[in-house]
Amino acid sequence: MAQLFFFYLAGIIVLTSILVVALRNPVYSALSLLIMFFHVAGLYVTLHAEFVAAVQIIVYAGAILVLYLFVVMLLNLHREDRYHAQFPLATLLGVTILTEVILLMLQRGDSGAPVATPVIAPPTPAIGNTEAIGEVLYSTYVFPFEVASLILLVAMIGAIVLAKQDLFEQKG
Amino acid sequence: MAELALRMAFSLAQITVVMGVIMLTIMVLTLAERKVLGWMQDRMGPMEVGPYGILQPVADGLKLFFKEDIVPAGANRFLFSLAPILALVAALIGFAVVPFGPDTTIELFGIQFKPFIISDINIGILYILAFTSIGAYGVILGGWASNSKYSLLGGLRSAAQVISYELNVGLAIVGVLLLAGSLSLVKITQAQAGWFWNWYVFAPPFPQLLAFVVYVISAVAETNRVPFDLPEAESELVAGFFTEYSGMRFAFFFIAEYANMILVSCIAAALFLGGWNAPYPGTALARMGFVQFAWVENVVWFAAKVYFFLFLFFWLRATLPRLRYDQLMRFGWKVMLPIALGNILVTAIAAYLFPR
Repeated sequence: MAQLFFFYLAGIIVLTSILVVALRNPVYSALSLLIMFFHVAGLYVTLHAEFVAAVQIIVYAGAILVLYLFVVMLLNLHREDRYHAQFPLATLLGVTILTEVILLMLQRGDSGAPVATPVIAPPTPAIGNTEAIGEVLYSTYVFPFEVASLILLVAMIGAIVLAKQDLFEQKG
Repeated sequence: MAELALRMAFSLAQITVVMGVIMLTIMVLTLAERKVLGWMQDRMGPMEVGPYGILQPVADGLKLFFKEDIVPAGANRFLFSLAPILALVAALIGFAVVPFGPDTTIELFGIQFKPFIISDINIGILYILAFTSIGAYGVILGGWASNSKYSLLGGLRSAAQVISYELNVGLAIVGVLLLAGSLSLVKITQAQAGWFWNWYVFAPPFPQLLAFVVYVISAVAETNRVPFDLPEAESELVAGFFTEYSGMRFAFFFIAEYANMILVSCIAAALFLGGWNAPYPGTALARMGFVQFAWVENVVWFAAKVYFFLFLFFWLRATLPRLRYDQLMRFGWKVMLPIALGNILVTAIAAYLFPR
């Protein structure tokens, strides 16, 4: 049952991801991205990470993709053919990388290197998913968390400085 | 397998009942809005259909159902059809986690069911926030696919407005979540049992009054209602994003707007006003000895709180003029957001110093 769900979700994710770059209408691309976000969230739910699933939809589908659509509509792009001219170059790069990946996988199979066993995190049955994430975020991973916040703050200030250049020129 | 089938049958029955009640409420609301507006403006409101016009929603529904379905020339047919469906689904799906009554369990054929909530998931409020944000797609896509200037402008306005005010809704709720220590609407409501000063609007250690005000204002903005109905400002944009819609597709947008109103009212009642809890401990019916009917009183209290908010929507509509677009944005980002953030800071400190 769980495998069935996984293959459905993974299949749709792969399909819609391809459609995002293959479709010519940017609005349709955005819609396939929306479907993909929902299926990624579904994948999180099957992994019992409900909090991450909800945040995935709130942040990506609810905010980022809406802004993306906003820009598409503002520029009124009905068809976007510019990037489809890159097809030969993209094929060349894609085939090269695919060959490398296949070669690497074959090599690993030959060398008989030990296959990494997945680390199974200790289950947290007593407290919920959200509480567990909060605990870990503010104890074990507090330094990376704060660094990420700082980087985001710098990005926010940078965006304001770039967008509001006229404001600073008047003062200076 | 039989258990799964039984659970699904029970869930389906619950969904049917909830959808029925929501649709009935929407019908009542369309009439109530016109009546309330009429009385506030010293008019009678609709009087022709049925006694005192009480059959007006039926007449409206029939009219919309039989209207010709027009797709404008040059419109994107697929997205034009998809947009109203997206808007309606996003508005209705949130009711799955709303607790309409007490958290009792009944046993049917040896399986436990919760009769007053379709699904009690532990991230209930996040689930609602996630799906209300999807509602913006219906509006934006509807505006874009109509191939009309007015629709496009309405859709663009709506996108900016929904993103801005969604943030405030999310941040206003955080104070309550800090005090309750849970994301489940059932647990949050249970934490507010007892006298009415345990409701999170008044609750010690730090009353969420500011958060409540921010939430209500942002909720009005998020549902595109007066005084924040910029996306459908009739004096500048004809009707905004649904200018080109007619018949049942228009009705879908209309129903979605009212369903959203009911949903945000349900959340406000559950988070800030104690949900199904009466203002006094327990229920009056349980004290008089009718313990098995106590749920009736709880459901009535919940409905009363929800209807209070719905009345507030009409009241605002009759009272306030529309904001200008730049005023709306400035108010959202420079007034509401700092208040909501400050509230989180103070509530966090208060919850740390005075743990309950």
